[in-house]
Order: sequence, then C-alpha cells, then structure tokens
Amino acid sequence: MSDPRQRFAQTAADLVEEDLSVALVYAEISGQYFGDVESRHPDRVVNVGIREQLLVNVGAGLALAGMRPIVHTFGSFLVERAFEQIKLGFGHQDVGGVLVGSGGSFDIASGGRTHQAPGDVPLMDTLPGWTLHVPGHADEVEDSLRLAVAGDGREYVRVVSQQNAQAFPVRPGRFHVLRRGSGATVVAVGPTLDAVLEATRGRDVSVLYANVVRPFDSRTLRAVLASPEVVLVEPYLAGTSSRLVADALSDVPHRLLALGVRSEEIRRYGTARQHVAAHGLDAAGIRRSLDAFLVGRGDGIAS
Amino acid sequence: MTLLTALEAPPERSYDDLPRLMSLMTGDEKHSAAATSTLDVLWVLYDRVLRVGPGSADDPARDRFYLSKGHGPMAYYAVLTAKGFIPEAWLPRWASYDSPLGHHPDRVLVPGVEISSGSLGHGFPLAVGTALGLRAQGLTSRVVVLVGDAELDEGSNHEAVELAGALGLDNLTVVVVDNGSSTHNRPGAIAGRFVHEGWHAAVVDGRDHTALERALTARIEGRPTVVVAEVEEKWA
Ligand SMILES: [Mg+2]
Repeated sequence: MSDPRQRFAQTAADLVEEDLSVALVYAEISGQYFGDVESRHPDRVVNVGIREQLLVNVGAGLALAGMRPIVHTFGSFLVERAFEQIKLGFGHQDVGGVLVGSGGSFDIASGGRTHQAPGDVPLMDTLPGWTLHVPGHADEVEDSLRLAVAGDGREYVRVVSQQNAQAFPVRPGRFHVLRRGSGATVVAVGPTLDAVLEATRGRDVSVLYANVVRPFDSRTLRAVLASPEVVLVEPYLAGTSSRLVADALSDVPHRLLALGVRSEEIRRYGTARQHVAAHGLDAAGIRRSLDAFLVGRGDGIAS
Repeated sequence: MTLLTALEAPPERSYDDLPRLMSLMTGDEKHSAAATSTLDVLWVLYDRVLRVGPGSADDPARDRFYLSKGHGPMAYYAVLTAKGFIPEAWLPRWASYDSPLGHHPDRVLVPGVEISSGSLGHGFPLAVGTALGLRAQGLTSRVVVLVGDAELDEGSNHEAVELAGALGLDNLTVVVVDNGSSTHNRPGAIAGRFVHEGWHAAVVDGRDHTALERALTARIEGRPTVVVAEVEEKWA
C-alpha cells in the first residue's frame, strides 16, 4: 500500500501536468514531493512560504482568474489558522477550489497539539456547499482528488496516514453498505473502517462506510436502519455528524452513539496509534463503547 | 436604428456627476469629493486606466479592479453608475434588504464588482492569486487593488507584499489610499515597506488626476507597483 500523502502529491503533480487550468499552491509543507513539477511549471506550482492566510487567498484569487486551484498544507494551518480566508475567499466570492489538508487528528501525534487538527472537518462543516472527502485509503485519496479537481465546486480532502486494508469507490452523496444486519447501524468514516469491522465482527449489525461525509447520505442510512440504534465513528471531533443523523431520522425514534476524537486536550505525544486508542477509536475501544450502548439489545453477542 | 441605440445607451456621465450620485445614497444636500478619500483614485482608474467596461465585464482578458477596503463604498457605487455598470435607480435604496448594494460590496450581486469585501486584509492576497492566474494563462491584463492605509495593519497584507515582490508580479498594482487613519501611524512610511520587498513605488497626491493616471498606468518589468495616494488626513 502506498502512503496516502505521497499519493496525494503524485496525483496533484499529475493533474498539473495533464491540465493547464490546474494550479497547485502550497506553504512549504510537502515541498519535498513537489520539486520536479514545480521546476517544470513554475507559473502553476507556487510555494508561498510560511504564509497560510496568503496561501488560501492566493488559491481563491487563482480561481477568480479562471483556474482550478489545489491548495495544500497541514489541516491545522489550512483550516484552523486560515478559516476566514476559506469562508470569504471561496464561499463568499462564490468560486470553487480544492483544499487538501494533511495530518488530520493524529498523524503528527509527537508534535503535540499545535499539529493536531481534529477540528478541521467540523469547522469546514460550518460552511455551506463544501464536499468533504475523508478518504481511508491511498487509492481513495487519488480518486477523491481527481474527482474534486475535475469538478468546479468547493472540496476539502483530508489526507491522513492511517488507512484501511481495502479501498472503495469515491461517490459523493453515497455511503457504501458493507454489511446488513437486524441490529444497530454503524457508520464508519474514512480510516476508522478497519477498526469498526473488527469491533463489530460477530455482531448482527449493519455497517456503512463513508469516504465522503458531506453530502451526508441520509437516504442510505434510512434505507438500512433496522433497529433504533445508530453509531457514528468519525476520525475527527466526536459528534460532527450527529445533527445530520438527527435530521435524517427526525421522524424516526432512534438512539445515537457518536464516537470520535474527544475535544479535551490530552497533552500526550507518542504515536498516532496511541492517540487512536486514547480516544477509544481502536477496535477494543469501539467494542467497549458498543457493548455499553447496546447492552441488553441482543445484536448477536454470544455472552 | 441609430436613434434607438442612442436612446438605450446609458447617459454619459462625468466626474462632476459623482457628488450628485453619492448624494442619492447619503441623502446629503451635496456630497463633497473631499469627504470620500477613494473618489479620485476610483474615477481615474475607471476613466483612464483600467481596460474594462460594462461590455467586457466577463472578458477573461479584462483588467481587474479589487476594492479591498470595502468600507464606505459610496464612491465606488457612484463610479460604477457613472460608467454604466449599474443603474442609477439602485442608489437611493442602498443597504436596504432588497438592494444589491450593501455597505460592503458583493460581487455576486453587483455587476462590475470583482470581489466581495468588507473584512480587511483579503483583497490584496486575492489579487496576488489573480495576478499569478493571469500570468499563468499568458494574459497581459493587470490587477489593481485598492487598500486603505489602516487596512495595512492586517498581517495578511505583509505576506502578500513579500510574495509579490519575490515573484516579481509586474501585472499587480496596489494603490494605498493614505489618509493617515491608522492608529499607530508613521507618516510617510508606507512606500518604504514595499520598496524594501522589491516593489516599484510612487507617492502621489490622491486628488491629482494627472499624477494618479501616470502612476497607475506604470508597469515596470519584473516588479509589482505600489501607488501611495495621499489625501486629506482623516482626523485633521
Ligand atoms: Mg485610511
């Protein structure tokens, strides 16, 4: 399996080669991958230096000139530091663009809080009209980026190191139905899928997989729902999609368990794997949460 | 045919019409040019400098004007009216719920408005991106962005000064309307900040149309241009 961030960089470089309207703007981060394409296309591949406000507005300004920008740095600096530039530069100007934030919640665990961005997707979710890609595999990173750049809308692609064993097609607005059961419906988002599959092994539950989380596929959730229990497992702040579940099931009695990154700052370094576990998002943690949520509900548990 | 065209064409308006057009918005008896720091710069740009008009507002090769300092846009709306982008009938009810004209301009609502502004420090960085985009497409058009002297407080502008200088964006002109309004003002310091980053700079009287035209049409190969247009002190 290739590394998702390297796959992003290679795909972005290929798109610059293939399409004269594509521009790539970045702020130092991932520069180690862009040297070749930058030297061949210095007019369309620009490193703005350590200037994230400028980064985002340069991307929007390129879009105002009729180009299709790919705008990249770590999610923390792209979305959290330059959020108003995203809100006004793209949405308010009514131009399209492709933002690619890497690092996610835990990739740079040893870097501490400054480099951890569990708030990127929830922040983007406050803005209307953005398609939010949360690929869980390097192949999905490439498919998401190609699809995003081919369109003319506003797209955020969250690229993280953690990935699942298997890739699924990228179809905005459609979740994948991986298992159907008579119990709870578990929605696994992006790189949480492998842990969800392991945690739900032997349970009579349905499993949906979302590698694009906005638009939220309410139709499939309603179609699959077999019992009142819904479980969200998201790799960014817990509860980010809760309101979408509430909206989708406003006329259906239901219970919701929203798993994800907790909002308190845990002040730990270490590895991504340790942080996934600390937030209860490894298979053991998800299983514990499911046991508590579904206690007395059957769902095929032997004990 | 000729008669019909003449009837349909918007009336030619001149600089002398601007006070009356602004009065339609402000309700003042007579609005003086001096009360609006940006008026002369805007007029000279649309009358003498920019290659853009109502007929070329969607032409990819048009010159772009970005009003970054979106506050107090009466002069902008008056100039756009005088140049036929928007109808005069829009002016009296500006900033009302049904009006496309707000206290900060919206490019989606107003013909000829190239960027939506209001929050300071966005237009200049946007203009850097557009200048790059025009250059990448082989277009020779220019981007002119108007900022206020106090708007330069925002650090995002300094990111833009540095990058545009480093990349030698000679299709970019920043016009700073300087009425000495920033809280921590150092008179005369603005041009030097740009020159330090490799820009061509001109400091002119912001009411002198001939001087403004000369400075705003300059294009120095390999260097972006800043024009500091000095007007009456805001607090004088
Ligand atoms: Mg001022």
